[in-house]
Amino acid sequence: MIQYIIRRLLYVLPVLLGVNILTFVLFFVVNSPDDMARMQLGDKHVTQHAVDNWKKQRGYDLPLLWNDKVQGLSHIEETIFFRKSVGLFIFDFGLSDSGRDISADIKQRMWPSLAIAIPSLIFGVLTNITFALLLIFYRSSYLEFAGLFFCIALMSISGLFYIIAGQYFIGKLLVLTPISGYVPGISAFKFIILPVLIGVIGGLGSGTRWYRTLFLEEAAKDYVRTAKSKGLSDLQVLFKHVLHNALIPILTGIVVILPLLFMGSLIMESFFGIPGLGSYTIDAINRQDFSIVRSMVFLGSFLYIIGLLLTDLSYTWVDPRVRLE
Amino acid sequence: MLTFLWTDVLLFGMVACLIFLVWQISRKEHLRRPWLSVFNSKVGVVSLVFLLFFLLVALLDSTRVVQSSVSQSQQNNVSRSSLSLLDIVLTPIRTQVEKTYSAPFSSYAYTKEILVDKSGKTLWVYPRLKYGGMHLSDPSTQMAMDILFKSLQGLVWGSASWLVFVIVVFAISKKPLKSKWSVARQYSLLTLFIIFIVMFIGIELAPHYHIFGTDKVGEDVLYQTLKSIRTGLLIGSLTTVVMLPFAVVLGLLAGFFRGWMDDVIQYIYTTLSSIPSVLLIAAAILMAQVYMVNNPDLFTTIEDRADIRLLLLCLILGLTSWTGLCRLLRAETLKIREMDYVTAARALGVSRIKLLQKHILPNVMHLVMITLVLDFSGLVLAEAVLSYINIGVDPSTYSWGNMINTSRLEMAREPVVWWSLSASFLVMFSLVLAANLFADVVRDAFDPRANH
Repeated sequence: MIQYIIRRLLYVLPVLLGVNILTFVLFFVVNSPDDMARMQLGDKHVTQHAVDNWKKQRGYDLPLLWNDKVQGLSHIEETIFFRKSVGLFIFDFGLSDSGRDISADIKQRMWPSLAIAIPSLIFGVLTNITFALLLIFYRSSYLEFAGLFFCIALMSISGLFYIIAGQYFIGKLLVLTPISGYVPGISAFKFIILPVLIGVIGGLGSGTRWYRTLFLEEAAKDYVRTAKSKGLSDLQVLFKHVLHNALIPILTGIVVILPLLFMGSLIMESFFGIPGLGSYTIDAINRQDFSIVRSMVFLGSFLYIIGLLLTDLSYTWVDPRVRLE
Repeated sequence: MLTFLWTDVLLFGMVACLIFLVWQISRKEHLRRPWLSVFNSKVGVVSLVFLLFFLLVALLDSTRVVQSSVSQSQQNNVSRSSLSLLDIVLTPIRTQVEKTYSAPFSSYAYTKEILVDKSGKTLWVYPRLKYGGMHLSDPSTQMAMDILFKSLQGLVWGSASWLVFVIVVFAISKKPLKSKWSVARQYSLLTLFIIFIVMFIGIELAPHYHIFGTDKVGEDVLYQTLKSIRTGLLIGSLTTVVMLPFAVVLGLLAGFFRGWMDDVIQYIYTTLSSIPSVLLIAAAILMAQVYMVNNPDLFTTIEDRADIRLLLLCLILGLTSWTGLCRLLRAETLKIREMDYVTAARALGVSRIKLLQKHILPNVMHLVMITLVLDFSGLVLAEAVLSYINIGVDPSTYSWGNMINTSRLEMAREPVVWWSLSASFLVMFSLVLAANLFADVVRDAFDPRANH
């Protein structure tokens, strides 16, 4: 078991290195730092001096991969790749292009993101499972047909509409919750309700269908038939047997996205003005702050891989039949 | 004279491939069977007809005619404007541009203005629109009757032309009139009836009213929504064309050869899929913007630039989305290569290329088909989100994402400007719903695990 975890962790390294090289190529080789400087400083009427200055301030004036001017190990150390990319491996994100400490920003902005993402996940999963169980319970009736069509219809609506409509009807017309904004601490509660509600409704269609297929797969198995022939009612079979056994894929499905909750939701946060990591990323994209975008790419990939690892481990935890070799 | 943008060429190429594929499938019994069950489902037929209608609009919008070459003398600032067939069809509503916002079916502008009436008094009133309802002398009393009358007219014309269409269809087909109608024929004609009626009511009303109102600069919103169809369809379909070769070739190779090739391919797709796709797209689009700013002479017209950006977006979306299908195909190939018939073929000395091509590829095609139709609607929705974060299509391109993006501020106005949002919602919803329903039917028909 421990051996397996170590082996998996070692496998993470080359993937992260790949991510790193890919972003490095995208950000520094396809476009030289000169291009970035010109973009930031204004397109045409920029002197070479201003460009050099901009690069020097941000440490982009070094060679990309190999420095001829210095001796020894500094050949590699005094380069953009080493300075900008290797630091990411020890989660030293450095300074953003506008001079702020990225690590401090991330630590501070993580909490609002989690405040939205965790309740959305919990309530989302609970409602989805409830609806999926209802659909299974009323199997092959008009109610199920209508429910399935309703799910597809919900899936066909862009998430943006849910947000805009929610803000308009609940925030502006009914004035039940603030339209957007955030305050830290316990009073954040009233700002969280609307995003969470919209998040739950937005994911209802696809989520319900996903859990329904899980339950259907489980319901087709032999032990369900046995339970029924023993004389158990549909309701008992559904809750005692099907739900219990379907918990394995449900749990592992949730574990994979757990680490990514830190990243927050890009759209939701920027619409509701929540100072989380999602809106941080969006702002960085709009301001074309490449350091932040690169840090977030790295962080996102890292969390994704951790999620995959946790999924594998959770299989052994919830299902004793699975052994990791 | 005809002119083409890159995306136009690709769209037509794709349609040609599609037609070729349909012809191929219709000749082979075993390929035809699952499709027959699609055509036997009511939902499948109805959604397919709707999708084909949207495709027709997109094709009309991709056939361009050079209208005028403005300012040839200024070589560095050639603004070539081209019109698509759709533009020409929609001429009245394209050219009837008001001053600013106006509500659907309104004859008055959204904002008050100072007007001088005949007796010389200055009034602070809502002015009449230049085009919307201008044929009415007193809109408040006549409008309801006029709209009703024009809709009835449209209903009559629509039914009449539908009848003509049905008669033509019967004249062409060899089956006797009294034979039993198949589900496909019954429901496709029924769907066409609805499309005809809506279209003809639109044709009657659109020249006289702004059915979906006008936007900030007075452009008709109906025109914008119809133009957006092409963008949505292109993103949905072109992206799948980009991802298909990657997913199929790499997936089959990884599953079939195993060993180091499997390791390398697995490594590539784990790396790619571990990067949050939004961020990868953002990075690539940012880079493209930097490139375009630094090389302005490569992209002379706004149209060209917007087109290249659309193409690039499809390319990047394709590069980020092939991993899922690749993983599926790899797993399936691993399973199939151990089957008896493959072993038998290998024992008979079939080469490996031939084995992949003739024995394995056809048996994973159902997975490809299902993934393609399932992904389509997701991509159309993704476009809206990406355009909202400014990493989607060019702001000058007509797209639902751009419409929603601007309508966000309009919802905060007083009184609310709701029509832009509603119009894009309505058309986008109908396209995505049709695609989703169709995908469902196709999956049921192709999935071997589905209940038979």
